[in-house]
Amino acid sequence: MSNGQNGAELRLVTPGMAIGPVAGKRVGSGAIAQNDTIIATRLGWTKEFNNTVSVDPINSAYMPRSGDLIVAVVAEVRNNLWFMNINGPFQGLLPMSLAPWKVEFGAARQHMGIGDVVLARVQEVDECHNVVLTMKGVGLRRLNQGTVVNVPINHIDRLRGEGNATVQRLRDASDSRIIIGENGRVWIDGDAKGTAWARQAVALTQASGHKTTFEAELSALEQNAPKKGDA
Amino acid sequence: MGGYGDVQLLRDDGLRLDGRKIDEMRPVAIEAGVLPAADGSAMVTHGLNVAVAAVYGPMEAHPRKIQRQDRAVIDVRYNMAPFSTSDRIRPGYNRRSREISKVTAEALESVVLVERYPRSKIRVEIEILAAEAGTRCVGITAAAVALADAGIPMRDLIVGVASGKVEDTVVLDLDKAEDNYGQADLPVGILPNTGEIAFLQMDGDLSPDEFNLAMEYNFKAAAEIHEIMVDALKRRYEGGEN
Repeated sequence: MSNGQNGAELRLVTPGMAIGPVAGKRVGSGAIAQNDTIIATRLGWTKEFNNTVSVDPINSAYMPRSGDLIVAVVAEVRNNLWFMNINGPFQGLLPMSLAPWKVEFGAARQHMGIGDVVLARVQEVDECHNVVLTMKGVGLRRLNQGTVVNVPINHIDRLRGEGNATVQRLRDASDSRIIIGENGRVWIDGDAKGTAWARQAVALTQASGHKTTFEAELSALEQNAPKKGDA
Repeated sequence: MGGYGDVQLLRDDGLRLDGRKIDEMRPVAIEAGVLPAADGSAMVTHGLNVAVAAVYGPMEAHPRKIQRQDRAVIDVRYNMAPFSTSDRIRPGYNRRSREISKVTAEALESVVLVERYPRSKIRVEIEILAAEAGTRCVGITAAAVALADAGIPMRDLIVGVASGKVEDTVVLDLDKAEDNYGQADLPVGILPNTGEIAFLQMDGDLSPDEFNLAMEYNFKAAAEIHEIMVDALKRRYEGGEN
């Protein structure tokens, strides 16, 4: 449960369900006001914070925001840009000027082709939902090895943990490099056993990330983590 | 007598051939999240009907000519499996499935907050695994649960129900014999919380009084199915706390 919870009864709501009267409250995300009643628009948990009633959705699509670190997949290549699948409703655009290499016009394909996976950052999102990505920055690169797994957007905070504590536990236990993209894609790079274990941990997050038993289940899984140098 | 010949659809004791009362629905069971590969999914069993709906997206709309600058496009594909009826159905799209896909998409567009995802597409696949009359209604119900399961913002859930007329009597939720040999069929898509109607079709003739009675039955059934839908969604995530 979020720390911001105050006063409101925590309950699971479905679209169309009345959460309560508007009565001076503000309507947050996942809800709308209809005939003086706050109506849930998503399946999720009700939340009240600073007099704002909202619904924390259990599932939702990734909505890109400027500055997000994401794992993107090349979907289309043009002469001077790449269209990236960012696991969201809109494709991202990576112009050659924001690529980490010096790219000649018409030579984009020589650097990245369809299906290549990259670590990129969202540079800009305009009001028409045009998403511009950048690969200029520390650590932003093409990911040539490892594996990518998906997790629901709403479980990313769980996977990351307080101050990255949970993901650091996974890194230590699996002896793998793990990068969590804000867009629900997790890049894992390690030996076979470590990668397999990390995938299991991510799958556990996907299955139980919203449950109170998640922490206990993760600790139990940690007992089965491969020993270092066990590959 | 029914609309086609002398098929008897109501028993002498006033019950229907399968033993239901005239305002009784077939048993309904709903399960959410049945397909792990989909963003949201649901399986609805309504009498002998079995429908599975899967939702993918929102995603970039392709080809680009179908994109709408101010809203998402809902792309529905309704399909009956070849083994869904006693006579094998030729696989693939046909006139009927195209029509049902269109009306289902229009019904869903009225509840989904499509303006949240401009230029994108929400793909809804409805597969009828077993058919026994009323598959479009079952498909709509399954699609609504799958959309909610996928986290797509909606004003309300939408429930598909149907009433009709057999032997000059208005009955709720027609089965196969009543659908084939009855006098009228009135499938509707109802928003249970607001009581709005998102889609309505009518096959056959109903007088104004019969129509009102059929709608009364439909609203009653929609409330019952809505409870089962909500229960299915809650059951999927019970024990959870975000």
